[in-house]
This record gives sequence, structure tokens and C-alpha cells, in this order.
Amino acid sequence: METLPPFRVATPATIAEAVAAAQESRAARFIAGGTDLMVNLRHGIGAPDVLIDLRGIVDLHGVWTDLAGTTVGAAVTLAELAGDAALAARYPAVAEAAAAVGAPAHREAGTVGGNLCLDTRCVFYNRSAWWREANGFCLKHQGSVCHVAPTGTRCHAAFSGDLAPALLVHDATVEIAGPQGLRRQALDALYAEDGAAHLRLAPGEFLTRVILPADSARSAYAKARARAAIDFPLAGVAVALRAEAGRVAALRVAITGTNARPLLLAGTEALLGAAVDVDAAWLERLGKLVQKQVQPMRTTLLAAQYRRRVAAALAQRLAATLAGAASQAHAA
Amino acid sequence: MQDTQGTPEVRVFRLNGRPHAALVADHVLLLDYLREQAGLTGTKRGCDGGECGACTVLIDGRPRLACLTRAQECAGHDVETIEGIGAPGRMSALQRAFHERLGTQCGYCTPGMVMAAEALLRRDPDPDEAAIRAALGGNLCRCTGYVKIIEAVHDAVGTPR
Ligand SMILES: Cc1cc2nc3c(=O)[nH]c(=O)nc-3n(C[C@H](O)[C@H](O)[C@H](O)COP(=O)(O)OP(=O)(O)OC[C@H]3O[C@@H](n4cnc5c(N)ncnc54)[C@H](O)[C@@H]3O)c2cc1C
Ligand code: SF4
Ligand code: FES
Ligand code: FES
Repeated sequence: METLPPFRVATPATIAEAVAAAQESRAARFIAGGTDLMVNLRHGIGAPDVLIDLRGIVDLHGVWTDLAGTTVGAAVTLAELAGDAALAARYPAVAEAAAAVGAPAHREAGTVGGNLCLDTRCVFYNRSAWWREANGFCLKHQGSVCHVAPTGTRCHAAFSGDLAPALLVHDATVEIAGPQGLRRQALDALYAEDGAAHLRLAPGEFLTRVILPADSARSAYAKARARAAIDFPLAGVAVALRAEAGRVAALRVAITGTNARPLLLAGTEALLGAAVDVDAAWLERLGKLVQKQVQPMRTTLLAAQYRRRVAAALAQRLAATLAGAASQAHAA
Repeated sequence: MQDTQGTPEVRVFRLNGRPHAALVADHVLLLDYLREQAGLTGTKRGCDGGECGACTVLIDGRPRLACLTRAQECAGHDVETIEGIGAPGRMSALQRAFHERLGTQCGYCTPGMVMAAEALLRRDPDPDEAAIRAALGGNLCRCTGYVKIIEAVHDAVGTPR
């Protein structure tokens, strides 16, 4: 019995070979751990003639740190990332987010690049081919109507990767390889608010590295999910906070699972300067900012309103904990 | 490039401790290769892909899902299935603990559970209950209610494997 339609696998050893392999076929797809793409292929979503396995490229491996910051290869697995004590000490949210992905076997195979380029998710999309066909397909793939927002013209499937928000609060840059060579851009600029086209990558482009600048902010990540042992986030929140002289000097909040892209919260400047033993009114303002900017739709089994509120609650909880720790450090 | 799709090629890897040559096309899942071509039906197919852990095998000693892995990508690696654990008539300590603690009922999830637990015990010979639960987090069981499984892994801790 064959579960998948035939395809060939290319195993480039260098970035240049991978770029060249992608130009040989329009239907080629990049693959790393396959824990997202193989599931979709099994569901009849996409029919590549060639899969280009990026994991044989040495330049895509390794985590290294210098004074300027930390660089993470796109083919580093989530298990490697979660087990990196030096990284956890510098960027706690990143290690926490990596450890919160799926179950151990997903983290052994799943990579940083695959997690950042994860397809968006929706209860009408992550289904077998016969299920989707019986339901008339949908706007995101093969169909014309969105079952979540039938009068709308775009897909609201949610970006549900755990790593992106943790990297966003640490101001990550990504390095991208393609026919034009290597380029770097802010991770935030990789994404667009469109569930059917959420990645701003040109054909033949792939991620090679993630670069985290040195950062003295403390950070944390938390996610709400249906089953604690193994699940995508219904909402996942990363917060990074830095205190100076007893005041909140920097605050970054990023959210996954609620929008078609990971969302870097705007307007947090208004919360700076407050005494670091933050009060209920400050947390209330933070919660309002989150509730206003997240746009959960009925793409999961749980109600959108729940995801909106849980995102705000997680942001408040993490910010309160980080601020509390900074406040104690200041008092000591 | 297109004309080579679906053409089997020889892939060499270790399978349960022995060198193994597989004649297999690139798109064939490790799960299908093991069950349909290698005759190793201990590795189970329990879901549509990635959700249940019944297909858990070890690759280079780490837990991996055979239903999301291609046989092709195993080339040069060390693959272990439930058939490589213990021997007929001689259960491993972990298998004996599953047996004695009633950690197995219908048995469908058991190969995956044993492989996930085996991976844990090789990495951490003395796991606490939280570590056991985390290691088995991706393995579904519809019979036991998990308690007996966790007790079984606990029992196997400290016994020579
Ligand atoms: C049951 C289950 C539970 C899961 N739970 C979670 C969860 O809780 N949180 C979570 O975040 N994820 C979860 N996942 C999804 C997945 O396991 C992870 O996101 C993983 O990190 C994906 O990485 P990968 O290397 O396996 O990706 P792949 O499947 O190899 O690739 C995913 C996508 O990214 C593209 N891609 C891969 N590498 C690159 C690159 N370097 N540059 C450009 N594009 C690239 C591929 O073309 C593909 O479109 C779960 C999956 C399953 C099956
Ligand atoms: S949000 Fe609409 S278009 Fe997008 S996957 Fe769901 S049903 Fe399809
Ligand atoms: S069959 Fe592999 S996870 Fe279910
Ligand atoms: S014993 Fe039946 S599924 Fe676990």
C-alpha cells in the first residue's frame, strides 16, 4: 500500500545546490523534519514532484553565540533548541516555546525553519482529502468559499507555530537564500495577514538562519491548548521585559494562534516608564491592547472569544511574573 | 528529474542492529516500508499522520514517527522497531513491566509506548513521573487510561534492560 503519491527527494549538500534544485521544477517543495508537510501531503494538499530536503546542508545546522548575539541554523531541531542551556539562559522564551511544540517525536524531527514556515491551520483545512471534498473544499485550497467567514474574500486560517512569537519579542532577523543570493530581513517582515498566503517568500527562497541580537530583556512563553501533552496553541504568547532603575524600560509582546500571522503587539510604548512592580491598572491596559489587536476566527474547536480572552490573560500573567522578578531584583 | 519519480533505489541503513538494504522509492513512508516490505508489522498505523504515536520507532536512538518519515531519509542511520526490543520468549525489562503491570490491554498502542519509553530510559535512566508523562505525551491509548502504563515505566526504571 502506498500512502503518498510519487515524488523524488533531492538532498542538496550546499545552499547553492538547494537553490539550483528549486529552479529545476516549479512544483518542488522544501522539506525539513516533515512533521507539517508530510501530514498535508497525506491529506492530498499539494502534489510536489520533488521534495528538497534541506537537512543535509551543513550551513543550516548549529547554534552559535558571540557578543553580538546568537545565530540558529534553520535545520536545527526543536529538541536541540529546547535542550540548549546557553540559549535558554539568554532567550528563555525561545527555549520554552521550542519545548512546548507537539510531543517529543515531533521535536526530534521538527526544525526551526519548518516551524517558522508552518502552514496555517483551520478546522476546515487540516482534514483528509475526502473530508474536504465532501465539504466542497474551501478558499484556502481548491475551493472558492471560506466556511469560517463565507461573505469574506480571504482565508483566516491561524498561524500556529510556537517559535515565532518567542523570536519576535527578541527582535529576530532571518537570513533567506534564493536565486538572488542571500538576504536578511526582520522576522516580522516574513509574514502577511492572509491565511492562504501568509509567508512572504519568493519562489525558490528558503530560510537559512535566524539571528537573535544580544538582549538583556527577560522573556517567557506560555500557550493555551486543548491537551497539555500535545497540541497546537489556541493562543500562544511571548513577553520580553527589561527594567531599568525600577521602571519598565522595554516591553515586547507577540502572539501566535489567533491571526493568520504571528502578531507583534503594537502600542506597548505607552506602557513604558511605569514602576516595575506593575499594578492592576497597568495589566488592564496591556490586556486591552491584546484584546483589540488579536483577530481569532472560528478556525479551532474552541470559540474565538475564548482565544481572545486567553491571549490577553496569558500576556498579563507573563508580564506580571517578569515584572515581579525584575522588581525583586531591583529591591535586592 | 520527473522520470525518476517512483523508481525504487537501494537505501542502506541499520535495522534492529543489522545492516539492511532497502529497495524503496523516495515517497514511501518508513511505516509502509516496515510493514509491507520488511514484514515488520509491530510498528502500528493508528492515525492519519502524526497524531497518535502508534508508529513510534527509534532513529539514532531518538523517538520518531514512522508515519511522517520516509524510508529514503533513513539511509545511513540506525533504525530500531519493537521487533528489535527483547527477543521471542525473552522480554526486555520494559516489556515485562508492561505485561506485569497490565500496561497493555488491546495492545495496539503498546509498541509505540514501549519505543517512546525506551527512548526516555536511554536518555534518562532515572526519570520522575513528570518526565515519564512528558515522554509519552504523543502516544494515545484508548484502553488503559494511562495510569498502568506510567506505573509500568516506573517499574522498569532501575532494572537492567
Ligand atoms: C500532532 C502534531 C502536533 C503538533 N503540535 C505543534 C505545536 O504544538 N506547535 C507547533 O508550533 N507545531 C506543532 N506541530 C507542527 C510541527 O511538528 C512543527 O511546527 C515543526 O517545527 C515543523 O517543522 P518541520 O521541520 O517538521 O517542518 P516541515 O514539515 O519539514 O515543513 C513545514 C513547512 O515549512 C517549509 N520549510 C521547512 N523548512 C524550511 C526552510 N528552511 N525555509 C523555508 N521553508 C521551509 C516546508 O516547505 C513546509 O511548507 C505539530 C504537528 C503534529 C503532527
Ligand atoms: S479560514 Fe476559511 S478559507 Fe481559510 S482554511 Fe478555514 S475555511 Fe478555508
Ligand atoms: S500512525 Fe504515526 S502518529 Fe499515528
Ligand atoms: S492498550 Fe489499547 S490502545 Fe493502548
